[in-house]
Amino acid sequence: MKILVPVKRVVDYNVKIRVKPDGSGVDTANVKMSMNPFDEIAVEEAVRLKEKGVASEVVAVSAGVAACQETLRTALALGADRAILVNTEVELQPLAVAKLLAALVAKESPQLVIMGKQAIDDDANQTGQMLAALLNWPQATFASKVEVDTGAQTVTVTREIDGGLETLKMALPAVITTDLRLNEPRFASLPNIMKAKKKPLDTVTPEALGVDVTPRIRTLKVEEPPKRQGGVKVADVDELIAKLKNEAKVI
Amino acid sequence: MSEYRAPLRDMRFVMEELCGLEQISQLPGCEDATPDVVQAILEEGGKFATEVLSPLNRVGDQEGCRWEDGRVITPNGWKEAYQQFREAGWTAVACDPEYGGQGLPKLVSTAVMELWKSANMAFSLCPMLTQGAIEALMLCGTDRQKQRYLPKMVSGEWTGTMNLTEPQAGSDLSAVRTRAEPIGDGRYKLFGQKIFITYGEHEMSDNIVHLVLARLPDAPEGVKGISLFVVPKYLVNEDGSLGARNDVRCVSIEHKLGIHASPTCVLAFGDQGGAIGELVGEPNKGLQYMFIMMNEARFAVGMEGLALAERAYQQALAYAQERIQGYEVGEKSSERVPILKHPDVRRMLLRIKAHTEAMRAMNYHVAAAFDLARHHPDEKVRQRSQAYVELMIPVVKGWCTERAVEMTSLNIQVHGGMGFVEETGAAQHFRDARITPIYEGTTAIQANDLIGRKIARNGGMVAQGLAQEMEKTVVELRATGDAALGRIATRLEAGIAALRKGVEFIVANYQSNPKSAHASSVPLLELFGIVCGGWHMARAALVAHQRLSQGDTADPRFYQGKRDTARFYADHILPHATALAETVVDGAEVTVAFTDEAFALGM
Repeated sequence: MKILVPVKRVVDYNVKIRVKPDGSGVDTANVKMSMNPFDEIAVEEAVRLKEKGVASEVVAVSAGVAACQETLRTALALGADRAILVNTEVELQPLAVAKLLAALVAKESPQLVIMGKQAIDDDANQTGQMLAALLNWPQATFASKVEVDTGAQTVTVTREIDGGLETLKMALPAVITTDLRLNEPRFASLPNIMKAKKKPLDTVTPEALGVDVTPRIRTLKVEEPPKRQGGVKVADVDELIAKLKNEAKVI
Repeated sequence: MSEYRAPLRDMRFVMEELCGLEQISQLPGCEDATPDVVQAILEEGGKFATEVLSPLNRVGDQEGCRWEDGRVITPNGWKEAYQQFREAGWTAVACDPEYGGQGLPKLVSTAVMELWKSANMAFSLCPMLTQGAIEALMLCGTDRQKQRYLPKMVSGEWTGTMNLTEPQAGSDLSAVRTRAEPIGDGRYKLFGQKIFITYGEHEMSDNIVHLVLARLPDAPEGVKGISLFVVPKYLVNEDGSLGARNDVRCVSIEHKLGIHASPTCVLAFGDQGGAIGELVGEPNKGLQYMFIMMNEARFAVGMEGLALAERAYQQALAYAQERIQGYEVGEKSSERVPILKHPDVRRMLLRIKAHTEAMRAMNYHVAAAFDLARHHPDEKVRQRSQAYVELMIPVVKGWCTERAVEMTSLNIQVHGGMGFVEETGAAQHFRDARITPIYEGTTAIQANDLIGRKIARNGGMVAQGLAQEMEKTVVELRATGDAALGRIATRLEAGIAALRKGVEFIVANYQSNPKSAHASSVPLLELFGIVCGGWHMARAALVAHQRLSQGDTADPRFYQGKRDTARFYADHILPHATALAETVVDGAEVTVAFTDEAFALGM
């Protein structure tokens, strides 16, 4: 079974985000970039499935500028077998990425796509769902547990929902998006970092895949969230309830 | 408390733009170390340092190690962290691929070493000592010994120690008394007591391989009668499996000012009939082997100086940005400001930053020279690089560690009263730093080495050659026509003149007036460090200037910061070189002439 793992290059979670002075977007010049943490969980899950003998090959995919190769090398160092970069300078939106992935699925014929539920930069939480729709595959989002039955060609996914856990069983092929508690990604080992350089990394273009990636949505303005105001201490519960009722108007 | 974050940007700058990583990666045997792979290694190593080692640093300091009936219990989490560390392959960075290592160049393993030492110095000593033992076996072990011990040590399954010191044999190792008696089958029984054995006993690894200095029967007195032995904690069977417990036991551990989590052991050899060991290399050459290895060990301790200064800087900066206190001088605002706004806090931060960056550039430059000395195809380049490494080792060790004590102390100063209480964690770095100018040869021992073997023995040629190299940078700085760089050039030029004067004094007095030469040795070492640091900061300023004036950088803020840090170094630190030269030349006389009685007068 082949698994496709899309990974996104994002501003590292430790970096304090700065908005560009002209409000056109987030300043990413000379900022530390890393793999989206949810995608790291997806890579880890795919590699574990391979180690268990469930998967035979793990292919990491990224779409974007040439520097995304670094992110793909990270995936290779974590245990992916090979990587594909869809190289473009165009700003990619979830639908465009989903279309690119659908085109790659047609080429690669994986049985499973495992990807992060969302990226920590735009928090869109759309690509996985869009991909499943485009492929007309079943999907299980926010997975906290994944069990593949290769004999029955099904996958059982436990997902975190409001109020508890939901268990779904899907026929393969399918799309799974990962939540935080699915696993704890490993540290890449030194020998694997060295080996990653020698693993195959192919580059394709959206044109070659026949996908139009032109943005469908225009960003008007990006601004910092308003500064938080200082809090107040309340004397007792009554005062708190009064404030929640009258000032915050939440109850 | 702040968690450690790897200074990847500066590391990359130093490696790529000051130390020629690209060229190093073209040397035979270094081909894997291309800049992109090195960056991936440092990023992943940095992640490990931040997420696994750094959070344990304080735990280790507070819990320390416990001795229970011959066992040493390391702090909570230590064993697990070590297991993760070795599973990730970090014990094998610099080792020979023949025994499972990655064979990466010294420049790369040095940067990786900085990560561990900044994140958790007490932890880092275990792999560092193992590395030393690996090198000793590589250098003079038999093939059989190498096959038996090295693969497990490279993989980190077994750790290693160096057993040199005895109660009466500290800086003077010729006084070693531990004895080794042949038992007839080519092996020996060892008897004696060793002290200050770092990670001499613990339960993080399956076995501990002790390398021990001892005397054979009828060995000559003094330094020429000491041999090196390998004595494992568990004997190793022919098939490589572990056999009986050897007669080496930890009888106590020391209670120390710092590095609490690193067990400093007293080891008793042969209390129950003799510890079985094998001779390593030729008889009576133990101390000679130690001297060859000492370069590596002293360099590694010099790296501790840099690493602790970096950690101190990160903590001081975080506190200065966050601590609100007082008003900004010279401003009308009535709003209280972070202490970062106060001029003297800025001065202290810059002092730590400038020293840290200078040390990094200096140490990595020496590491790159190790690689050139080992791998360059041209014999002349190899010799020149080796001479430079030899000259610089006592400076790296002596200067960086002394500065680390000052820098970690400045971190406390930035914290004010909060730095003096243990809760902020600033005190730990200061306490941890205090051992570094002592172990692996005190600062005075480094200074003796500098003035004797490294300067006087070659008539000062190597040091003067380095000064000449530095003068080229002065010319290059002036050629830019830039005013700020011109001033750096002037300061550096004065520093180099001071260095030449100091070196000349040593050369003139070493034979005829050895007491004076030795009395001036530590001031000379400091002078040497200041000027070398200033040279590397000047080189950094030059690169930054070129990048900025040619506009070929997407990262102008970094290069502006680098140039200005170099300016600070030139204005605040380099001028001391001139004063130190006066001390070197004029100050020895009174030190030597002062009467023994006069020390006690006034009491």
